[in-house]
Amino acid sequence: MRKTLFALAATTAMLVAGAAFAQDKAKACFIYVGPIGDFGWSYQHHQGALEMQEALGGPEKVEIAYLESVPEGADAERAIERFARSGCGIVFTTSFGYMDATNKVAAKFPDVKFEHATGFKREHPNVATYNSKFHEGRYVQGVIAAKMSQKGVAGYIASFPIPEVVMGINAFVLGAQSVNPDFKVKVVWANTWFDPGKEADAAKVLVDQGVDIITQHTDSTAPMQVAAERGIKAFGQASDMIKFGPQTQLTSIIDDWGPYYTERVKAVMDGTWQQHDIWHGMKEGHVVMAPYTNMPDDVKAAAEETEAKIKSGEFNPFTGPIMKQDGSEWLKAGEVAEDGVLLGLNFYVAGVDDTLPQ
Amino acid sequence: MGMAEAILLTVATAATPLLLAAIGELVVERSGVLNLGVEGMMLMGAVVAFGVALATGSAWIGVAAGALAGLAFSLLFGVLALTLVTNQVATGLALTLLGIGLSGMIGVAFVGQPGVKLEAIAIPGLTELPFVGRLLFGQDPMFYISILLTAGVMWFLFRTRAGLTLRSVGDSHSSAHALGIKVIAIRYAAVMFGGACAGLAGAQLSLVYTTQWIENMTAGRGWIALALVVFASWRPWRVLAGAYLFGAITIAQLHIQATNLTDLAGLPGPLFWLAGAVKSVPSQFLSALPYLATVVVLVLISRNRRLTMMNTPASLGRPFVPDR
Amino acid sequence: MRLELVKRPQQSALFSALSPFLAFALMVVAGGLIFLVLGKDPLEGLYAYFVGPLTEVWSLHELAIKAAPLILIAVGLSVCFLSSNWNIGAEGQFTIGAIAGSAIPLYFPDLQNGAVLPMMLVCGAVGGAAWAAIPAVLKARFNTNEILTSLMLVYVAQLILDWLVRGPWRDPAAMSFPQAPAFHSWAIVPELMPMSGRANWGIVFAVVAAIAVWFMLSRTLKGFEVKVIGQSPRAGRFGGFSTARTIVFAFLVSGALAGLAGITEVSGAIGRLQPQISPGYGFAAIIVAFLGRLNPLGIVAAGFVLALSYLGGEAAQIEIGVTDKTVRAFQGMLLFFVLACDTLIHYRVRLVRAAPAPAPAAAATPATETAHGHG
Repeated sequence: MRKTLFALAATTAMLVAGAAFAQDKAKACFIYVGPIGDFGWSYQHHQGALEMQEALGGPEKVEIAYLESVPEGADAERAIERFARSGCGIVFTTSFGYMDATNKVAAKFPDVKFEHATGFKREHPNVATYNSKFHEGRYVQGVIAAKMSQKGVAGYIASFPIPEVVMGINAFVLGAQSVNPDFKVKVVWANTWFDPGKEADAAKVLVDQGVDIITQHTDSTAPMQVAAERGIKAFGQASDMIKFGPQTQLTSIIDDWGPYYTERVKAVMDGTWQQHDIWHGMKEGHVVMAPYTNMPDDVKAAAEETEAKIKSGEFNPFTGPIMKQDGSEWLKAGEVAEDGVLLGLNFYVAGVDDTLPQ
Repeated sequence: MGMAEAILLTVATAATPLLLAAIGELVVERSGVLNLGVEGMMLMGAVVAFGVALATGSAWIGVAAGALAGLAFSLLFGVLALTLVTNQVATGLALTLLGIGLSGMIGVAFVGQPGVKLEAIAIPGLTELPFVGRLLFGQDPMFYISILLTAGVMWFLFRTRAGLTLRSVGDSHSSAHALGIKVIAIRYAAVMFGGACAGLAGAQLSLVYTTQWIENMTAGRGWIALALVVFASWRPWRVLAGAYLFGAITIAQLHIQATNLTDLAGLPGPLFWLAGAVKSVPSQFLSALPYLATVVVLVLISRNRRLTMMNTPASLGRPFVPDR
Repeated sequence: MRLELVKRPQQSALFSALSPFLAFALMVVAGGLIFLVLGKDPLEGLYAYFVGPLTEVWSLHELAIKAAPLILIAVGLSVCFLSSNWNIGAEGQFTIGAIAGSAIPLYFPDLQNGAVLPMMLVCGAVGGAAWAAIPAVLKARFNTNEILTSLMLVYVAQLILDWLVRGPWRDPAAMSFPQAPAFHSWAIVPELMPMSGRANWGIVFAVVAAIAVWFMLSRTLKGFEVKVIGQSPRAGRFGGFSTARTIVFAFLVSGALAGLAGITEVSGAIGRLQPQISPGYGFAAIIVAFLGRLNPLGIVAAGFVLALSYLGGEAAQIEIGVTDKTVRAFQGMLLFFVLACDTLIHYRVRLVRAAPAPAPAAAATPATETAHGHG
């Protein structure tokens, strides 16, 4: 009995001491929508968090707290509020579905900074939004795909018909068309961000239908494994998936959040944090391509060249002339698509043979 | 490899875990016990199989470990439902919930690891045969195990004395008990067999279907397996048919999506129009097809009350407490 | 040596009251062991889980928010389970209820007065009841297994919701993202004490429903009917009770309450319809129902216990770095222990050192009452 009391007292004392101590260092908190081991979206966010901690002086200077697999309903608001109450200086909410919850909590805690990924609402001055131009990487992938594919057909495992995914498909197709104007893509909507079984099925179906390149906008490594088994090439997603397909992966779009998180947490520590809404890509180092592997040198050179052009800002993947799938004109020659249109994109470009689920 | 052959192979892989889990549950239910914990047992099998395969480098050892894990986990159910005579429905649900949680906990370290694959077999000469070659002689071992188990269960239940005894326990445990048959012991054996089969199904998911582990990766397959047992009126070969039908529907809806209308340009007018109509159905409805199909078939099968009662093990789910 | 169960002549009152606590205590012990195995301090972990969430007012509000849908659904489930109707599809009824209730502000956006919310709640209940009627009718008319049908309909309901928020009901201002337009203020369930937290009237609905159903079950003929049919359909038929009507009644009540929970959650805690609205309430409610021993008043307490486990799991994740999977494991264990302890209510357990079962001839005496299955 005494031992229990002692233990309880010690625990309480530690917690109190811990809370007091924490005020000396910064605390950055992260809400993840999936498990950090998913080797996809949430994994990369966590890697970014760890990079940030390292860059800013390690655990003595910056404390990290995180919650994984937080559902996007009422629980999200509670989780965010819990963080806000526990001394977090800045809270990163890493999924679109946390948008309302983030803003609601931000209203109650004006001294805490909130950063919402892939959202568009900033209802209070302490809410910022951030997003990445993943589609830039898709364009490069398209170029590689058209050069590598013998059948001229690629399989695309898509998750949900939201603008980000549609942008990705369009960019991929445009990149491929720049090499082979008749390049085809077969799209399967998995209706999930992460379900290895279903993604494996989708990959198998696509291969059975005759594609020889697979790309995905879902988060698991299952399609890469299927591609490896079937002896075709594939593109990874969100993280470098080379170890799941050493002879299979051509490249992967890596979400590199490290530099952004470092910048923002430092801003909080310096007191210079400002609200913003950014959409950065290769140029700012948010979108990184995994090393080009399993391809002949000339394809590698073409990929690197395309990447360099996008990175320098010289080339924008959504530059006209581009026709919409329904035959009407979208962009005239030399015209660049507006960010606003892209962020709400809900139509295909010409050459995509799929009906967009409305 | 032709497209038809490729599709059948994919369907076989999709159907195998359903078949494995369902055939085990069939034996359990034939002995009069309703174990709703199939999903939990499958997950335990999957996580243990994955982990052991990773640790030992051998997929076969992983498979064996997965079966053992399912068996051990089912004992929890057995102790509660058979010895302590708890409500079987609730106990099965508790098993599922515990299985989801425990497997998630055990598997935390395994997420994001490329696993060890259970390689498909290859018989020189036979595997290269056109069409049937890979289908019959070139699949992964779990496929063959599932077929052999189905045949084995069929033979056991309907051609052996022990199987007859088990069925009698399921039909009337009090009469069987009066005849001196050890009802509880037989049910324990059945439950453990069901657990082992569910464990095998889980192992197939994490070593063949995909070589990964992620929490909750069964995605409802355990419940489908339970439905299949009812579909099949508790007969082994019908379970096989049901599992393949379900697997086919699951794969078919993906194929419908992947087929572009331009691929079908050569079809005659009305067929092409039909294909277009099917393709314009929202993908959610296509995804819902397997579940709706399950409900429809269940209704059709159970409509004839007399027939249903003739087929159902009469003591299914009823608690049994032996008197002196 | 073996375990022998001897049926008690009547249910032990002592264990009826004691068993949930006993089960909880066992779970705490098992939980401590799990923390040990995971390499964490068991006391710290248990404190974070079960005591921590009770120490702050805002946390108590969150408990109420989390417990409300659990209690509402579980109260309905108790009616079903007592009558041996295994409604595993409460999650789907929750979803359809949310959809049905949301239709009001979406199709009549100009209606902005105090009548909107009650209409939404009623619609939600009706929607949930209608969805539950499907497995009910299928069981009553076609003898179809309700466990499977109600479960399959959960998946279908989720897909319907998905289709609606991505298609016909998608908010035009949402930049093609899947969510319905936000509810206006008249369509939101008001908070109880906005100053200290965001608990809303949902918890009030839950407690009122619990009391109402408790009254129905214990003091009315209908309640008696429900319980008798659950224990022994034959006896019920002799008493003039219709099994088919009870099935439909039980499912309708359960569906209505689940649907009410759905619309309350969406219009209260969330504020709009979106693809993800429930982290598995329909299934967690099953645990709550059993933990509360299928008694609506006990279910209120059980709902809070389970809500505590959810909040505790979150806190433990942050404070001691243990994975959130422990929450499901704890809940599963809790249900196991509840069921095991329930055995003590109906049976006396004896360890018998006697010789193995007597010869078949001796055992062929007329089977006594205990050998017959019940229900």
